[in-house]
Amino acid sequence: MALTRDQVRAIALLARVRVPDEGLEPMAKEISGILHWIEQLNEVDTEGVEPMTSVVAMTLPMRPDAVDDGGDPAAVLKGAPEPVDGFYAVPKVVE
Amino acid sequence: MGAWRIQGESGEWEAVIGLEVHAQVISASKLFSGASAVFGAEPNTQVSLVDAGFPGMLPVLNEYCVEQAVRTGLGLKAKINLTSVFERKNYFYADLPAGYQISQYKYPLVGEGTVILDMPDGSTRPIGIERLHVEQDAGKSLHDQDPKRTFIDLNRSGVALMEIVSRPDLRTPEEAGIYLRKLRSILRYLGTCDGNMEEGSMRCDVNVSVRKPGEPLRTRAEIKNVNSVRFVMQAIEHEARRQVRAYEEGGKVVQETRLYDSHKGETRPMRAKEFAHDYRYFPDPDLLPLRLSPEYVDVIAATLPELPDEKKDRFMRDYGLSPYDAGVLVVERETADYFERAARGGEGVGRGGRDAKQVANWVISTLFGLLNAKGLPVTRSPVSADHLGKLVDLIADGTISGRIAKDVFEIMGETGRDPADIVAAKGLQQITDTGAIEAAVNQVIAANPDKAAEVRAGKVALLGWFTGQVMKATGGKANPAAVNAILKKKLSG
Amino acid sequence: MSALTDLGIAEAAAGLAKRDFSAVELARAHIAAVAGARALNAFIVETPDAALAAAAESDKRRQDGRSLGVLDGIPLAIKDLFCTEGVQTTAGSRILKGFVPAYESTVTRNLKRAGAAMIGKTNLDEFAMGSSNITSAFGPVKNPWGPPLGRAGNKELVPGGSSGGSAAAIAAGLALGATGTDTGGSIRQPASFCGIVGLKPTYGRCSRFGIVAFASSLDQAGPMTRNVKDAALMLGAMAGHDPRDSTSAPIPCPDFARAAIAPVKGLRVGIPKEYRIEGMSSEIDALWRKGEQWLREQGAEVVEVSLPHTRYALPTYYIVAPAEASSNLARYDGVRFGLRVPGETLDDMYMNTRAAGFGPEVRRRILIGTYVLSAGYYDAYYLKAQKVRALIARDFRDAFATVDAILAPTAPSPAFAIGEKTEDPIAMYLNDVFTVPASLAGLPAMSVPAGLSAGGLPLGLQIIGRAFDEETVLRAGAAIERAAGFDTRPSRLVPAKAGKGDR
Repeated sequence: MALTRDQVRAIALLARVRVPDEGLEPMAKEISGILHWIEQLNEVDTEGVEPMTSVVAMTLPMRPDAVDDGGDPAAVLKGAPEPVDGFYAVPKVVE
Repeated sequence: MGAWRIQGESGEWEAVIGLEVHAQVISASKLFSGASAVFGAEPNTQVSLVDAGFPGMLPVLNEYCVEQAVRTGLGLKAKINLTSVFERKNYFYADLPAGYQISQYKYPLVGEGTVILDMPDGSTRPIGIERLHVEQDAGKSLHDQDPKRTFIDLNRSGVALMEIVSRPDLRTPEEAGIYLRKLRSILRYLGTCDGNMEEGSMRCDVNVSVRKPGEPLRTRAEIKNVNSVRFVMQAIEHEARRQVRAYEEGGKVVQETRLYDSHKGETRPMRAKEFAHDYRYFPDPDLLPLRLSPEYVDVIAATLPELPDEKKDRFMRDYGLSPYDAGVLVVERETADYFERAARGGEGVGRGGRDAKQVANWVISTLFGLLNAKGLPVTRSPVSADHLGKLVDLIADGTISGRIAKDVFEIMGETGRDPADIVAAKGLQQITDTGAIEAAVNQVIAANPDKAAEVRAGKVALLGWFTGQVMKATGGKANPAAVNAILKKKLSG
Repeated sequence: MSALTDLGIAEAAAGLAKRDFSAVELARAHIAAVAGARALNAFIVETPDAALAAAAESDKRRQDGRSLGVLDGIPLAIKDLFCTEGVQTTAGSRILKGFVPAYESTVTRNLKRAGAAMIGKTNLDEFAMGSSNITSAFGPVKNPWGPPLGRAGNKELVPGGSSGGSAAAIAAGLALGATGTDTGGSIRQPASFCGIVGLKPTYGRCSRFGIVAFASSLDQAGPMTRNVKDAALMLGAMAGHDPRDSTSAPIPCPDFARAAIAPVKGLRVGIPKEYRIEGMSSEIDALWRKGEQWLREQGAEVVEVSLPHTRYALPTYYIVAPAEASSNLARYDGVRFGLRVPGETLDDMYMNTRAAGFGPEVRRRILIGTYVLSAGYYDAYYLKAQKVRALIARDFRDAFATVDAILAPTAPSPAFAIGEKTEDPIAMYLNDVFTVPASLAGLPAMSVPAGLSAGGLPLGLQIIGRAFDEETVLRAGAAIERAAGFDTRPSRLVPAKAGKGDR
C-alpha cells in the first residue's frame, strides 16, 4: 500500500514525532517501499492459524500483594527535566 | 417509576444510557508494581520506577488484584473468563508515563453479568453488565497550580482499576443513580472497592443517546469522569435534553467526549483534541496470557459473602419485611448486620425472636435520623444493636410505652447506656398498678367536673383529653390502655 | 604466554587462579587496550576506575580464598543497552544522553555478583535498531578487521549490529567477554562480521529486566566471546529465572560449559533447504557446506530439513519489531528523564523532543510500527504477522522432531563498508535474513567464526537449537570451532603491547 503525505503526517502526529513538511514525501516513499516489501506476507495462507503473541509457553506469573517499592520521590524525580516541588512539570495542558 | 420521556415538538424522546464505572481495586500495592496504592500521600512518594516508565522496567502482575476482580465478577453474577489478555492502550499524555496504559481489550477477565435495580415501588429491574476488565490507572495532572505549567503526580499511576461496563439498558437519570448505588453496594459487600467517589476510587463515564421510543440507537456522546451519583444524574438530564434540542432544531449529535460542568449545569465538548485517538491496542509483550483454573474460581466463589440481593430476599422471607424496608436495610452490609443483630439478639444478649418489623422501623426511622444528625456511620453508632434490641423488648413486655421509648432512645443516643439502666435510673417504668392509675384518674376528674359532665352527657371526644391529662399527671408512665379502661368506667354514666 | 588481552575467559581464570597475574593487572591491560583503540569508537563510556576497583576486590577475595568462580576478576564490556547503576546508559540514542540509572539490569547484576569487572559501555545501533552500528547517536563503530588504523584510503568497515561495539571490543582484545542483545540477529551478525562467538539464548533464558526495550517479545541478552567455551561460561553467569521479568523462564540452568565439551557423535543436524536463498554468494555457500562436512567428520548425522516459511520471516519481523518498538519508545517523551526540547504546548514539547532525540532509523521504525497497529491496518499487518510468526515457529517445531540442531550461515555477506546499504533500508534489513527466523521462534542460536572471505574478512556459521537446549547449540558450535581452527586476529591493532608490559 502506498502511503500519502497526509497519512504520514497523521501517523507522525499519532507517534508524536515531528516530520517537517519537506520530509513527508520522502518518508511516504520510504515507508511505502517497506510496506510493499512486507506485503509479500499476503501470499501466506493463515486461515485458522492462531496469532502468536509470545513464544513463551507458560502462564502469566504473579507476585504477592506486598508494598516493597516506591517511597523515594527523589529517585523518580532525579534527572527529570523540570521538577517543581516534588512534581514533574510540563507545558500547561488545557482540558 | 414510569418511563422518562422528554417532550419535544416532534413528539416524545427517551434516553438510552450506559455507564462505564472505573472502580479502584482495594489492594495494598499497585497492579504491576510494589508501590503503595493508598490514597492521599505526598506527590510522587508512592511511585516505583515501573510506575514512572523508566527504561528497562517491567510489569509483574499483583495476584490479589486478580482475585479481587474475579470476586467482583462473581458478585456481578458474571462469567469469569479463564483466559484473559493484557493489552497496551497507546496514547500520549503527561500523566501516562509509559505512553501506554496496560488494560484488557479483546479478552477481558470478566464477561457478561447482571445488576438488579431495586426500584422505589418495590419492583426490580435487571441491568446487563457487558464486561469487567482490569487495567492501570494513570497519574494525576494538576492544571491549576501554576499559570504556565501542568504538574504531574504519579502516585496513582499503576493503581489497579476495574472497568465495569453496563449495557445501554438504563433509561432514566434515576435508574442510573440506582444502578450506581447498587453497584457501589455490591463492591463494598465484596470488599473489592470502597466506592468513594469523592476520593476518585469510583469514577464514572456516562454514555447517553436519545431516540424516539422504538427506534434503533442513535449517536451517543460520552461524558467523562463524573464524580458523584448526583452529578451523573444531572449530567444525563442535561445531556439528554441537549440532544433532543439538537435534533428538534434539525441539527445532529456527534460522537464526542464531553465534560459535565456542575456549576453551569451543562455538558460541553472537551477542548477539541488536537489529534483523533487511535489507541493501537495490542497484546502487551511484557506479559503473557493470564490463565486461571476453574478450581481457583471455585475457591473464591465459595468464600463470597451474602450479597445485597440475597440478603434482601432473606430479610423478606425470614423477617417478613417489606421489599422497601429490606432493600433499605441491605444497602450497606454494616446496616444489615446491625439490623440482624438487633432483631435476633447477639450471642447471649436479648431473647431473640423479636418483632423484626419493629426493629426495622426503629433502625430506618429513628436510628438513621440519629446517625444522620451526628454524621456517624452505623459502625460507630452510640446506640448498639444489642441495646436497640433491648429497647424493643422493653416496649414488647410493657415495661415502657412507645412514647417513653423515644425518650429513652434519645438518652441512649447521648450516653450510649443500656436502656434498662436508663429506665430504672429515671424510674420510667410504665405504671400498670391500677390502684395508682385510678388515683390519678380520680384526681383529674375531680379537678375538671365540667368536662367530666360533658363526657357523661355524650361528648365522648373529650375522653382523649382526659387520657392526656392522666398521662401528664403520671409523667407519661401510665399504661395508656389501663388509663383508657379506667376513664371509660368512671365517666360512663 | 600470550598477552593478557589475547586470552579467553577460561584461560584468564586459570591464570588468575595460578597467580600468574592479578585481576588488577588484567584490568589494567584491558583499560590500556581500550584507551589505545578509541579510534574504533567501540565504547560510549569507559569505566576504568570501576573496573580497577572491582578487580582489586576480586584479588582480595582470591587472596582470602573466597573466589567467586571463573568470572571473578574478568574484565567485561557491557552493551550500552543494559542499565548500569551510576553509569550513563544511552541505548545509543541522543534522547538518553546523560541518563544515569539508579538501578542495575538483572544480567549485569548477575555478572557483577560473579565478580566480573565492567570495563565500559559499548556502542550500538540506536535502541539496537540496525545491523551496522551506523545508527548510533555516538557515531559508527569501526570493525577491527578494517584497514590498519591511521592508514587512509581503504574504507572503514562496519562491525555489524546492533551489538557492534561489543563485537568490535572482543575482536580487538579490549575485553575478554561482552554482553550483547539480540532481537533479530544483533548478537550473531556482528559476531560473524568480527570473527567472534555470539550466542543468543532461548527467549526467557536471560532476564530482560533493566535492558532498554526494543521489541519485548524478541529481545534477548547473550554473551559475545572469543570462543565457545567462554560463551558457555558467561551464559551460565548471565542466565537464570528473574521474578521481575514475567517472561523469564522458571527453568534451572544446566552446566553449559560441560555441554560445550561433549562430542557431537550421533547428533542429528539439519540443513534447512530454504536458507539456500537466491543470489547467495558462493563463498557463503561453500563455507556452509564445509560446516556440514566438519560435523559429519565428527560423527554427526547431517540431513536436509525444510523450514517452508523462511522467506516470510524478515517481513514478519519488520512488522512485529517496529510495532512493539513504537510502543516501547513512547516513554521517551521528555517528561521524566532524558532529553527535553521545549515547546509551547505539551504536544509541541513531545514532538520537538522526539524529533530531536531519535535518529532517522528509529523514527522510521516508530512510524512503521505506529502505522501497522493503527485502526484499519492492524488485521492486515500486525495480526497477519503474528499468524505467520506462528507458522515460522511451527516450521522449527516440525524440523526439531527429526533433528537436534540446525546449521546455517549467520549472515549473507562479510562486513561491508561504512556508508554502504544506507540508501535502501530493505538492503540493510536483508543482513538479518538468516538470523531473524530463530528470533521469531524464540530459539537459541549461536554464530561461530568458521573462516575468512576472499577479502580476508571473517564469516560465521550459525547453529540453531530447540528451545532451552543451549547445550546442544554449544556442543555443535564447539565442533565447528574445533574443525575450523579459526584463530585469526584482526591485523589492524597490535594488542601485544598493552598486555604484559603493564605488569
